Amino acid sequence: MFYREVGQYKSSYPADQAIFPLTNDRIGVIIILLIAFIWPPLSGSQYLMGPILTQLLVFGLAALGLNLLTGYAGQVSLGTGGFMAVGAFGCYNLVLRLPEIPLVIDFILAGLMAAAVGVIFGIPSLRIKGFYLAVATLASQFFLLWIFDHVGWFTNYDPAGVASAPTQTLFGSLAHEGGPLDFLAPIDVIVSGPNATPEAKYILTLSVVVVLALLAKNLVRGMTGRAWMAIRDFDIAAEIIGIRPLKTKLLAFAISSFYCGVAGALYVFTYVGNADTEAFDLIRSFTILFMIIIGGLGSIMGSFLGAAFIVLLPPFLNIVASNLGEGTLSGAALANLELIVYGGTIVFFLAVEPLGFARMWQIIKEKLRQWPFPY
Amino acid sequence: MDLVDFLFFVEVLVGGLLSGIMYSLVALGLVLIFKASSIFNFAQGALVLFGALTFVLLTEVTGDFWMWTGWLAIGLAGVSAVMLFLHHYKTAGTAVKQFSDKYLPRVPLFVAALVLLVLALFVDGGQNMWRAVFVTMLLFLMLTTGVQSPKWAVGVLLGLAVVALITDGAVTYRAFAVTLVVVIGLAIAIERIVLRPMVNQEPIILFMATIGLNYVIEGVAQGVWDADVHALDIGIPDIPFEVGGLYLSQFDLYAGLIAAILVTALAIFFQKTRVGRALRAVADDHQAALSVGIPLKNIWAVVWAAAGIVALVAGLMWGSKLGVQFSIALLAFKALPVIIIGGFTSIPGAIIGGLIVGATEKLFEVFVGLPYFGGGTENWTPYMLGMFFLMFRPQGLFGEKIIERV
Amino acid sequence: METGASQAHETERVREFKELILEVDGVFVSFGGVKALQDVGFSVYEGEIFSIIGPNGAGKTSMLNVISGFYKASAGTIKFEGVDRTSASPERVARMGFARTFQNIALFKGMSTLDNIMTGRIVKVKSNFLSEALYYPARDQEVAQREFVEGIIDFLEIQSIRKTPVGKLPYGLQKRVELGRALAMEPKILLLDEPMAGMNLEEKEDMARFVLDVNDEFGTTVVLIEHDMGVVMDISDHVVVLDHGERIAYGVPDEVRTNKDVIRAYLGEH
Repeated sequence: MFYREVGQYKSSYPADQAIFPLTNDRIGVIIILLIAFIWPPLSGSQYLMGPILTQLLVFGLAALGLNLLTGYAGQVSLGTGGFMAVGAFGCYNLVLRLPEIPLVIDFILAGLMAAAVGVIFGIPSLRIKGFYLAVATLASQFFLLWIFDHVGWFTNYDPAGVASAPTQTLFGSLAHEGGPLDFLAPIDVIVSGPNATPEAKYILTLSVVVVLALLAKNLVRGMTGRAWMAIRDFDIAAEIIGIRPLKTKLLAFAISSFYCGVAGALYVFTYVGNADTEAFDLIRSFTILFMIIIGGLGSIMGSFLGAAFIVLLPPFLNIVASNLGEGTLSGAALANLELIVYGGTIVFFLAVEPLGFARMWQIIKEKLRQWPFPY
Repeated sequence: MDLVDFLFFVEVLVGGLLSGIMYSLVALGLVLIFKASSIFNFAQGALVLFGALTFVLLTEVTGDFWMWTGWLAIGLAGVSAVMLFLHHYKTAGTAVKQFSDKYLPRVPLFVAALVLLVLALFVDGGQNMWRAVFVTMLLFLMLTTGVQSPKWAVGVLLGLAVVALITDGAVTYRAFAVTLVVVIGLAIAIERIVLRPMVNQEPIILFMATIGLNYVIEGVAQGVWDADVHALDIGIPDIPFEVGGLYLSQFDLYAGLIAAILVTALAIFFQKTRVGRALRAVADDHQAALSVGIPLKNIWAVVWAAAGIVALVAGLMWGSKLGVQFSIALLAFKALPVIIIGGFTSIPGAIIGGLIVGATEKLFEVFVGLPYFGGGTENWTPYMLGMFFLMFRPQGLFGEKIIERV
Repeated sequence: METGASQAHETERVREFKELILEVDGVFVSFGGVKALQDVGFSVYEGEIFSIIGPNGAGKTSMLNVISGFYKASAGTIKFEGVDRTSASPERVARMGFARTFQNIALFKGMSTLDNIMTGRIVKVKSNFLSEALYYPARDQEVAQREFVEGIIDFLEIQSIRKTPVGKLPYGLQKRVELGRALAMEPKILLLDEPMAGMNLEEKEDMARFVLDVNDEFGTTVVLIEHDMGVVMDISDHVVVLDHGERIAYGVPDEVRTNKDVIRAYLGEH
């Protein structure tokens, strides 16, 4: 009734294979993107852009990375935080030591570093799977953080081990006045460091995330995605139809870690502005795993829905607590309540709807299509 | 290498081996559960923390906690008794009988929940009241879902009431007895409420569910009790003593002894008792075990209860060594590489794996980590070791070989 | 070893074959102490339908697993188009031109029919993840593969379940989708492990027709395991009979049908 696909016929394969074959969906996505790009900067609310939306986008991107590996390729990883840290500290050092490079290129390079590390820690996946692999990925989590904690070079010998994002413009110092690319100077903006506006940081984050999400969607609907899902669903059969397990799994680790690495870099440069290793600890890895379980394993949109749930829950609980009156729920009680709600939601979704919010959204669409009839 | 160096090496090695026993204590619980239900229970660490925290706070708790516990237990026992009476009273109306048949284990829960709601609205009992509610409800949950016997429920709840209201001299023993029952109750409730509805899911889904469970238990443990660091003294002295020039930790030796006792007890239980034989059958093949009449559900309850006890013992040992605090749950994660090395289904494997992990991490830290890398390598060496074992011997030292079929 | 031409009576489908495509010689396989295959050998001609039959536990599936590279033979050789490939990995075997279906359906349950069949094209395309991520130039290739796969979907008459997740399909259709995935690989040899097991008569006839059509239209060599003697005798050009891991008969269907060892293996010692 409200959501109809009747009459939308496809007469060519490209049209049928589009990401959003239905006109309704296409219009919806365009409207959402327009709102996302225009409304928050117009509203001028720092709180909305920073702690809410940028956080959601950064963790959504990390969740998307993990979802490629876990939801699509079926390899559970508990080392997400470690790969994010590689991207974060990698990007920090690139900007610090090579300020000429445009920040976006830094993000890509940081992602590639994380990808390389991801491939190394993905090697065990060739012999082991399931929770055996999950435990093996704990090694990457602890080992990588230990390296960043103990090798001062990574944090530029900061006594507290904190990497603070330096001021950097979109196109890097090459585009500054007098540089070889100074024709770009008029459109160059500061996007990181204390002088960057929240608008600039938010728009940059949103753009990076939208582009990467689109690329991910293309990947998973193509042959790479099919090979991943084949390995996930039935690894022996996948091998017997000619899928190379080595290449396929390592590619999944590489691309997943790339996304996590870029998310880590965004965390330092456009979200918080600084990071120490505690920002990427085991709890972070779990949180991101929770996002994809709640949002939906094997769903791009689900990664962001799950991130939204996890990011918005604490402020929501805070509002509930303050409405109940001062003192009824202490900070510690709220923190514990968060743990219980996260954990309980995970168990609930795994028991009742293992495909998470993404599947529920599909069911809602189905119902909307048929309303007011039961079938 | 001269004698002093050699002695130092041996000292580090023995210290490592003994501290490895502590990981084995946690790993034992993991192996038990994995054997019986093929669940890789990530929440074991949280159970360990829960056990230690419950015990230490029951010894510290002051004020009206025990009064609340006692009266709540009496109340619940009373409601259960009334339900039982109705159930067996032949002349009772059919409607009543049908109703109680259907809801016997649950009605007291509903009634209790209602009573508590009223209490919460009109009586400001403070935190101790809620703690008491938690303890009694957990017990009741265990008795009605896991053991499924209202008669037992009445008995145990009355027992709890007696313990809570009358015995206030023997603080430690009272706390231990109640903790033991509460931890077993939690373990059984987890199995019954969370994992049994998921019984046919893939192992990896169950694994992720136990990660969620880990969070719930940590949240509940710290929410009901608190998140401070508590000193715990269970009466084992921690004074180093000398054997032939070696200084060894007396506490660690006791830990080794307790682990040995625990393993022996478990071995006897599984080899010599009927339940043990049934468990081995279940471990081999769930369906085959069911088809020869082994009550799978009871076996699971027993195994989870055993895992709860093991977790409590581990929690007490860890707690008295490091103080009862949140980091215990994190340290317990090291039991994961331990059972990877030892094999998921082997009780001796859990011990040997613990020894290997303990010795490796200590030796590496003392001879490589500290001198060359500024220390802290203990954070990751067990996991790296586990990863290498997985690469070359995926089934662990004592595990069964994994055969894939088409 | 003869080519079926001399035994022309009754069987209509007696055909002449020239080129050997697959030669299995003296293959041994054992698991621990259990000997699954002992000194088994046979040859398959290009373009024929070849059946492996035998009682339960005879080692038929083990034989197929050795051919597709999933089990390693402890002795013996397997030659494909005259080249030794005994120890090739499953993935390399697939790329040589072997496709197979499984006794217990091995589809990718989380994917649609279309995607399942598309996975069969992975061996045939040079995929590049960058081009796929940008959807350029991968788009043309996707469309080309889609066209090919739609041809198979038409051939197998499964148009209506194109976008259904395969987990929701009934058993017979799943078997058909699995055949479709194997066909999408454009194999030189199609290995079918009990393609008609658990089907009713009508479904069996359908499946037999598909197998014959594949063989006729594309000239694909078919090696199949089947329990239904009627089907085997009707459609096979050559048959090998295994029992307890050993070859007990080998030849054209009519020879095998009258072989004393075969009758004994199926009916017991009398």
